[in-house]
Amino acid sequence: MLIRKAPDIRPSEITDEHCYMNRREFLQLAGFTAAGTMAGSLAAAEPSGKPFPKLAKSPFSTDAPANSYEDVTTYNNFYEFGTGKGDPYRYSQDFAPRPWKVTVSGECDRPGEFGYEDIVGPHALEERIYRLRCVEAWSMVIPWVGFPLADLIKRFEPNSRAKFVKFKTLYDPAQMPGQRRAVLDWPYVEGLTIAEATHPLTLLTVGLYGRELPNQNGAPLRLVVPWKYGFKSIKSVVSIEFTEQRPRNSWELAAPSEYGFYANVNPQVDHPRWSQARERRIGGGLFDAKQPTLMFNGYAEQVAKLYDGLDLRRNF
Amino acid sequence: MDLTQNPGVAGMRAIKTALFVLCTLPFLGMVMAAFEIAGLSLGANPVEALIHEAGLWGLRLLLLTLAVTPLRRMSGWNWLIRLRRMLGLFAFFYVFVHFLSYAVIDQRLALGPIVEDIIERPFITIGITAFLLLLPLAMTSTNAMMRRLGCRWQQLHRLIYPIAILGVWHFWWQVKEDIREPLIYAAILAFLLGFRLWTRQRRRVAPAVQVRSDSAAGLERAMGELRASPAPRQ
Repeated sequence: MLIRKAPDIRPSEITDEHCYMNRREFLQLAGFTAAGTMAGSLAAAEPSGKPFPKLAKSPFSTDAPANSYEDVTTYNNFYEFGTGKGDPYRYSQDFAPRPWKVTVSGECDRPGEFGYEDIVGPHALEERIYRLRCVEAWSMVIPWVGFPLADLIKRFEPNSRAKFVKFKTLYDPAQMPGQRRAVLDWPYVEGLTIAEATHPLTLLTVGLYGRELPNQNGAPLRLVVPWKYGFKSIKSVVSIEFTEQRPRNSWELAAPSEYGFYANVNPQVDHPRWSQARERRIGGGLFDAKQPTLMFNGYAEQVAKLYDGLDLRRNF
Repeated sequence: MDLTQNPGVAGMRAIKTALFVLCTLPFLGMVMAAFEIAGLSLGANPVEALIHEAGLWGLRLLLLTLAVTPLRRMSGWNWLIRLRRMLGLFAFFYVFVHFLSYAVIDQRLALGPIVEDIIERPFITIGITAFLLLLPLAMTSTNAMMRRLGCRWQQLHRLIYPIAILGVWHFWWQVKEDIREPLIYAAILAFLLGFRLWTRQRRRVAPAVQVRSDSAAGLERAMGELRASPAPRQ
């Protein structure tokens, strides 16, 4: 492992951030770096979000070493800000996560519109260090901050017809430049069965590394469903709807043969275009070996029983 | 300076040296980024970045190689033909780096997963096919091989067309949903191949002007290269 000493003078003190960004854009335009795959390192090593005062530890946390703050906040899939991995960091800095409103609707007794404080205020926050496995066969370990989605759902009193929960991301092309092109059918939609949504591992997430979520990670509220591929963990949620019918999620709609509704991490069921048997843990550097992917991303003990009798090959 | 004129031996050497240096720059950038020199970095997922970067440069140089003939025809700069071999070999070099990054760094030469990838993942099947087809072209790029193969050399090197198509296809199939970038490559390739169809068509329509067959013209072009003098304008 490479351990670097923090330099006495931070780069941000020498180079104005604006110049820094311009340099990267210049390098890209010059064709020196292709599609942003190779770039001057992104300067986001400094956490800026408001820190949370006290956080309970969780027994669900892994003791695997967490990825660096820089990796977690500069290597993202958040197509609302662009399809490149660096785009969410680059193009989300002016995004305003407050004021925030979440519409709760559908098969429940207490629907309504709720502000960020109404949603988060009544709950005790905890830190949960989870593995995150992307459908693209890379993974990270991230110290999230949040509370069980089950506790929130309880407050809305879903009725007996509520079989599924459908979530939507904000649609605001003015703030989310990626939405100006129809890469996906906006707004982004995700869904869970009610059993999945109320499972104790499912986290309504408001922060990472002890601070409020950076914009590129789905500020101000997002889901984290650690046993499913990352795209199920919907970001910047503005709508929670209880439904009787199974919702169709954005990636399923975009490519039904490649992405399903369940999207459980499963090393035995490959993506049609790449293997899911192994994964690359981000942060290991150029010469690190891949590691085997675990069934349900290593959370089988907690969640396998949710899928008793379900053909996971067909319901991928 | 009249670029339609033969730049001469010294001029040509200078042009070739400059092109050589230019073509090594992306590789230099990749090596520097791999070792995080001069603020360059391959980012959070360096293996993926290296594979993509090398592959993209392979594709770019492949397209540049294919651009030589149309450029030469349109501009009359016949000496451009003498840069084609270097461009083609650099295309092969970057595709080889692309393949090695995948096989050695990403898969660590694990034969099982590599074979599985080649058999089961169409975009990798296509990519490896293009790479294998490039091998004989690189191996027969010497003057001696050109002489030995005669007019079969030209026939063999027409493989560059299917290789380029497979290359762009390989890129297209590997992106998730945003096809803007592969689309640009496909459009350039379509233009370069379309140009060839169009000139062939024109030759057929006006046989009095263009009587020579393709292979005869090709042989002459090859001979022109050997003599290090400009090929006749057509």
